Amino acid sequence: MGHKHHIFRNYRQEQSLTQRRVIFSAVFVLILSLILMSRLFYLQVVEHQRYVTKADDNRVMLVTEPPPRGLIYDRHGVVLADNRPIHSLTITPERVSNLPKLKGMLSGILNISEDEWRTFDQRRKEYRRPYQSITLKSQLTDEEWAKVSVDLYKLDGVQVEAQLTRYYPYGEAFAHAIGYVGRITEKDLKRVDNQSYQGAQFIGKTGVEGFYENELFGRPGISKVEVNARGRIMEELERQNPVPGHDLHLYLDARLQQYAYDLLGDYKGSVVALDPNTGGILALVSKPGFDPNLFVRGISSKNYASLRDSKRLPLFNRALRGGYPPASTIKPFMALAGLEYGFSSWNESYYAKGFYQINPNGRRYRDWKREGHGWINLERSIIESVDTYYYQLAHKMGITPIHNFLSQFGFGDRTVLDLNGAGKGLLPSNEWKKAKYKESWYPGDSVNVGIGQGFMVATPIQIATAVTALANRGHYYSPRMVETVEQEPIDFGVAGEDHKIKLKNNKNWERMVNAMRKVVTDSKGTARRLRGTDYSIAGKTGTGQVFSLQEDEEYDAKNLVKRLHDHALFIGFAPSDKPDIVVFSIFENGGSSSKPADLTKQLFDAYLNDDYPKQYDFLKGDQS
Amino acid sequence: MNATWYQRFIRFTNARLWRLTHIDVLLAASLVLLMSGGLVVLYSASGQNMEMVERQVFRLALGFAVCLALAQLPPKYMLRASPLLFVAIAGLLVGVLLFGVGAKGAQRWLEIPGGPRFQPSEIMKIVMPMMIAWYFAHRPLPPSFKQIATVLVIIVIPVLMIAKQPDLGTSLLVAVSGLFVLFLAGLPWIYMLSAGACAPVAGYLLWHVMHDYQRQRVLTFLNPESDPLGSGWNIIQSKTAIGSGGVYGKGWLEGTQAQLNFLPESHTDFIIAVLGEEFGMLGCGVLIFAYLLVIARGLYISATAEDNYARLLAGSLTLTFFVYMFVNIGMVSGILPVVGVPLPLVSYGGTSIITIMATFGILMSIQTHKRAR
Repeated sequence: MGHKHHIFRNYRQEQSLTQRRVIFSAVFVLILSLILMSRLFYLQVVEHQRYVTKADDNRVMLVTEPPPRGLIYDRHGVVLADNRPIHSLTITPERVSNLPKLKGMLSGILNISEDEWRTFDQRRKEYRRPYQSITLKSQLTDEEWAKVSVDLYKLDGVQVEAQLTRYYPYGEAFAHAIGYVGRITEKDLKRVDNQSYQGAQFIGKTGVEGFYENELFGRPGISKVEVNARGRIMEELERQNPVPGHDLHLYLDARLQQYAYDLLGDYKGSVVALDPNTGGILALVSKPGFDPNLFVRGISSKNYASLRDSKRLPLFNRALRGGYPPASTIKPFMALAGLEYGFSSWNESYYAKGFYQINPNGRRYRDWKREGHGWINLERSIIESVDTYYYQLAHKMGITPIHNFLSQFGFGDRTVLDLNGAGKGLLPSNEWKKAKYKESWYPGDSVNVGIGQGFMVATPIQIATAVTALANRGHYYSPRMVETVEQEPIDFGVAGEDHKIKLKNNKNWERMVNAMRKVVTDSKGTARRLRGTDYSIAGKTGTGQVFSLQEDEEYDAKNLVKRLHDHALFIGFAPSDKPDIVVFSIFENGGSSSKPADLTKQLFDAYLNDDYPKQYDFLKGDQS
Repeated sequence: MNATWYQRFIRFTNARLWRLTHIDVLLAASLVLLMSGGLVVLYSASGQNMEMVERQVFRLALGFAVCLALAQLPPKYMLRASPLLFVAIAGLLVGVLLFGVGAKGAQRWLEIPGGPRFQPSEIMKIVMPMMIAWYFAHRPLPPSFKQIATVLVIIVIPVLMIAKQPDLGTSLLVAVSGLFVLFLAGLPWIYMLSAGACAPVAGYLLWHVMHDYQRQRVLTFLNPESDPLGSGWNIIQSKTAIGSGGVYGKGWLEGTQAQLNFLPESHTDFIIAVLGEEFGMLGCGVLIFAYLLVIARGLYISATAEDNYARLLAGSLTLTFFVYMFVNIGMVSGILPVVGVPLPLVSYGGTSIITIMATFGILMSIQTHKRAR
């Protein structure tokens, strides 16, 4: 191609042809640019005044109206998180011509504290959208509201805004379960849709409020409003109503929760009650709690500091994150592990001295009963909580079978489905110790784990979940807070399904439950004080060492400061043949396990027989 | 005799160092002027969001890198690659229609597994004029009727594919970039006049292929007040912003209209409304002047290019750039319908910065690879 063209082509002519076209284009470009410029001249010079008027007098603004947040109910329809209308005094700085003067005028009308002014000035300096109002004083009383309204016309940029604010009627007993909402931070805004949260005051931070933020929030309303030069809204042009957030119905039983919280008394601790038939959390108590209402509109730094620095750690969610030695409550699980791997049997007898030694002359691992239990078998080791039995069992088994068996029950794992921030506890293993301490696993480590001490750490919710597996004879559901969203059951997918634990001999489940029943009914059972209920209880006591005793040193409660006292634990479920409730409780430094055992019985009475003290009637709901 | 500042500047731009790096200093300087002005406006339009400005700076820098890389490539290689590129990108367009990733109801992107998404139609804006210029590079100008018909077919196929995505704005720009080559190649005036005469018929046909929302835009353009809260919203608000700015503007960050939330696209397509409000007619004038500097340099490069391919390509790329700017300012100021074209190098975001800077890379290459005279 092309060869024949070369003869006839006149490159110079072609070049000048294109160049002429380029010059023509340049002229064209100039003309069109002049048209643009004259258009701008027309708008900005000829029509300038018209548009200035339009811009100043007739501003149309998009105002977003935050949606009402979904409510949170307990299983009987008691409202645990409510919305309450409040009136707040807000200021839009862009519309204020003279701020110092305005401050003076406002102070003459209302009593506004130094702290409120300081917070206001601080928020004024933070990043925010232009023309977004800043709250100066929230929750005006009717009297204050009336006072301001009279003078509102004089106060440019000041308005009284009606808002719905979150309210937690039952305060601290529920704080760790329900969680709370707080003022939106810039960090929060990064994880949500900015547009939707325009004008929103708060966002779910913890607990159910945090986990179900998307369901609870709803969709904001948008209105196009006309405002005058002073920023007053003149007319609403178009509006799209907000869509309220979805209501949540929990498995939680408000009465049970409050009762459990109160039963802990002055002790720090935790109670977790589960419905073994569903995995629903009936109570999730962490004591001490705190007033979640403090957080709703942004907690003051003074209040926060006092909560944060309290030695009793009220902000710490013990139920989800507290790491405790499960102590003797681990024994039923250890016993099942021994049976499963052939290290123990129901029939073998064992002579329990007052201590166990790995080798003669080695360290003596003491039993809680100094003189020993004498001849016992597996069942009695549960009933009487024989430490030496489990020392030797764990020693024989070694850590790997223990780890493998216990992990099926959710130990070492975050079991809860719909709460953030659950701890994993610690289910130790060979590999874990190598990675952590660069040391291999010693037989002595196993011995300690055998009675739920040593490296092993579990959270209350984990232990309660594991007990559910015993109660259900080998299967359990991961615990969950919310049953329905707007009447629709929640689908947790695979994670929400039944966990099945297979044993070589399935009868071992029933025999273990029977042994745990005898913990209560047997004359030597460690929880025999719980005898005499019209339903049968299966349980297991536990006493967790806070520090390790020296060999041969005696535990003398009277001479120890309270924070070094043993933790008292109890696991139980009832009715034992077909359980409807599982309870784990721990009294930190509670000493003897009688306290949690009594608490458990009282909760069973309450839940199974509706036997609550009268004072809890206000949390009853409609019970339908 | 002492040299004037201008002569010194020209001498500076002709220095050997620049020749080695293949940077066209005049073009680069005009681009920098344009971009820095754009960043100042973006800072205000984004609600003083420094993060956005930083991201834009990063994109512009990336664009410059692409520009410089392309400037190193001599035009003769571009010539050879042109048809291959065209076929490849057209193939990708078919791919978009078959496996494209959707966003906001349109299929425009191709996902590279493990890599970024990209929009082949965007690249077509460069490859289309390359293809047509390549076609004419081997034929004497002006084109014959048969050649014109062939070129029109080459243009129409990808344009229809892009329109089908649907992306009317891009498809028209791709068509325009090809037609500019045809025009520069010496398309007889009589053709253009008759095409102009046929415009009403074409408009009628176009009306029927348009989507409802596109028709709505045209209707709104003809009478924005008819739908003040719907599609007319942007136009009314942007006109108010520009008009209230006056000659000198309200001052940087002082535009009440722009700082309020009514222009949903104040930092993208409607950014010049912010400029008009805050810097007035003077600001707009400076911006348009900066654009004209860039375009003037581009046209100069085209006119002085050494062969037909370079001339046609450079001219078409420059004029397409102008169309961008003209359409955007025209639409924001209310003399053209709203078609969703960003203000080149000023509007926030988009792959368009990279493609636009690539065209300037090609222009620089054409300019700096001329044989020394």
